[in-house]
Amino acid sequence: MKKIKLLLVDDEKPFLDTITKRLEKRELYVSAVYSGKEALVELENNKNIEVVVLDVKMPGMDGIETLTEIKKSFPLVEVIMLTGHATVETAIDGMKVGAFDYLMKPCDIDTLVTKVNDAMEKKRKHDEKIIEARMKEISGRMV
Amino acid sequence: MEPSSMERKLFYQVLTRKITVLIVVISFLPLMVTTGTLFYRFNLTYSEKIQAHISELVQRHSQDIDTFLLEKLGNIRCLAHQLETTQQTTKVFLQNHLELLKKEYRDVFTDLGLVNKNGIQFAYEGPFKLENANYIDAQWFKKAINRPFYISDVFAGLRGHPHFIIAVKIQSKGFDYILRSTINFTAFNSLVENIHIGKTGIAFIINSEGELQTQTNVGLKQSIIASMVDRNCYKNNETVFAKKKDALGNKYLCVTSMLKNIDWVMVFRQDLNDAFRDLWKIQLLTLVIFLLGCIVILFVSFTLPRSIVKLISQADTKSEAMNKQVVESGKLATIGELAAGIAHEINNPVAIMVEEAGWIEDLLEEEDLKQCENLDEFTRALKQINTQGKRCKEITHKLLSFARKTDSTVKDVQINDAIKEMVTLTGHMARYNNVIIETNFSEGIPYIQISSTELQQVILNLINNAIDAMEKTGGTIIIKTKISTIEKNHLVVSIEDNGPGIPKDNLDRIFDPFFTTKAVGKGTGLGLSICYGIIQKMGGKLDVHSQVGIGTKFRIWIPFQKDYIENKENESESKNKGELT
Repeated sequence: MKKIKLLLVDDEKPFLDTITKRLEKRELYVSAVYSGKEALVELENNKNIEVVVLDVKMPGMDGIETLTEIKKSFPLVEVIMLTGHATVETAIDGMKVGAFDYLMKPCDIDTLVTKVNDAMEKKRKHDEKIIEARMKEISGRMV
Repeated sequence: MEPSSMERKLFYQVLTRKITVLIVVISFLPLMVTTGTLFYRFNLTYSEKIQAHISELVQRHSQDIDTFLLEKLGNIRCLAHQLETTQQTTKVFLQNHLELLKKEYRDVFTDLGLVNKNGIQFAYEGPFKLENANYIDAQWFKKAINRPFYISDVFAGLRGHPHFIIAVKIQSKGFDYILRSTINFTAFNSLVENIHIGKTGIAFIINSEGELQTQTNVGLKQSIIASMVDRNCYKNNETVFAKKKDALGNKYLCVTSMLKNIDWVMVFRQDLNDAFRDLWKIQLLTLVIFLLGCIVILFVSFTLPRSIVKLISQADTKSEAMNKQVVESGKLATIGELAAGIAHEINNPVAIMVEEAGWIEDLLEEEDLKQCENLDEFTRALKQINTQGKRCKEITHKLLSFARKTDSTVKDVQINDAIKEMVTLTGHMARYNNVIIETNFSEGIPYIQISSTELQQVILNLINNAIDAMEKTGGTIIIKTKISTIEKNHLVVSIEDNGPGIPKDNLDRIFDPFFTTKAVGKGTGLGLSICYGIIQKMGGKLDVHSQVGIGTKFRIWIPFQKDYIENKENESESKNKGELT
């Protein structure tokens, strides 16, 4: 299976670094950025990114804002929210804007990987459907 | 007693005193000034009026007497002139004229007589046989012989009958003789006797020697009468008004007036008590009203401040209790925010630590450390870090949930159903701990508008606490719901266990955040404090009664709107009706 391309967004550098290393060890292709803005730039530069893990509480652009921007510019990318709060509200807000799921910090690495996989699968299926649709359209035209 | 409550008591006492003094001062001053002024002015005016009235009366009467005497004197003088020129015999003349006078003046003139200069009455006409009576030694004769006319004092006379005489000197045919007439004393007396004012007001006339000239039935001694009149103080014919004191100490009024034609003094005497009786009656009335006013003021000034201060102290107590509550909820809110902040800050480092431990674990798997004798220890330590990290996470999450808003959507909740759910939920754990949960739900409890999640959180917490308390012994939890009979429009949920109870020292603190008696790591000490906050937010209250060895009872009071019951009743009624028709 193709390596998942993952983007981690968190302002907490030590956390981000370690989790990057751990995720890379689990056969994921991970890029890490420290703010919402950087995340948007990275997504612009690297179109292969399939899943974003996004911390809710960040200085500057916060998680929800970043999520909104991401969904606006890259609607096909799946986003998993990472919250420090146990606030269901934030999670609900995130889901409403289009997040795939949410996780509470500190999270179990295996849970995270599972969720990322789920998100990736959803995205890939989604992509497939789009491709199928295109193909249908093209074939339809041909007929 | 606490010093603060002592201070407060003192403060209330001082306040009471201050208000009392204030009321007394601002009520008494105007009352006293008004009453005093009116009293004084009225007294003055009334006294003046009485004085003027009596003076005028006396003056008028003395004038009357003057006129009377003058008139009678005039009559006799006229008669004397006629006598000088008459052709009639004296006998006939006297007879005719006495008849005439009697006709004109009734009984004023008793008799007429002519007295020669030797004092022999040589002609007489009247009811007595006084012809040839000798007056040479009579006082009046001595005086009359030297003057053109004379009015005598009242005297007993030859007949021993009080009377007085008007005598006019006539010079005819070279002889001096006197025409005299006896004036009916009774007629004269009635002029004075008519003056009667009040009970003790009497009038009389005294002559220059201070002898009574009128008949009065006053038992006054001659000396007293004489002392009443001070002749030096008369100028012209003024009326003199004086207040005097007699030998017995009785005060009396003495009004005197000089007569013009004769050296007599008209005296009016009245006891002061009698003269000013009306005034004193009014004075008494004023005094009584004033005293009554004083009593009312005093009564009000002692009772009103007391009730005011009582109200104030009640309000103080209430506001104090409110303050306490506000502080309590403020404390909870602050702690909540603080906890949330801390939890959040701790969360990240803990997350990093757990991740780092996880990373080491990952690396250990990769390395070939099978020979390393401490490998087991490494793994164990890393597991421990992981476990403790998760514990941290749990604590921080609980703290965060303390501060966060849970699902607080308010909707109609049937409290019995909500509790039933919780009982089912905890049933397993209860059975495991040998605890039986009994429920006793009242029917007809109205729907209440609250967040059912929050209520369930509270119930769950209380049930869990009870189960925890009876962990070792087992026991019974009784959950009751009913409409409160103590608080109006409240319903009560009571959760009662027969566990070990809560010691009194702890009882005051069980709602404080972070207060726990559970072993370290078992409880956060936030459960009850969260419950307290939730119930308070609902507008209700949560209280606890506990006795060591007997059990603990928590009661939740939640207010409901009265119309809820009515609405429900109406609904059911209409439903019934619907069924009937």
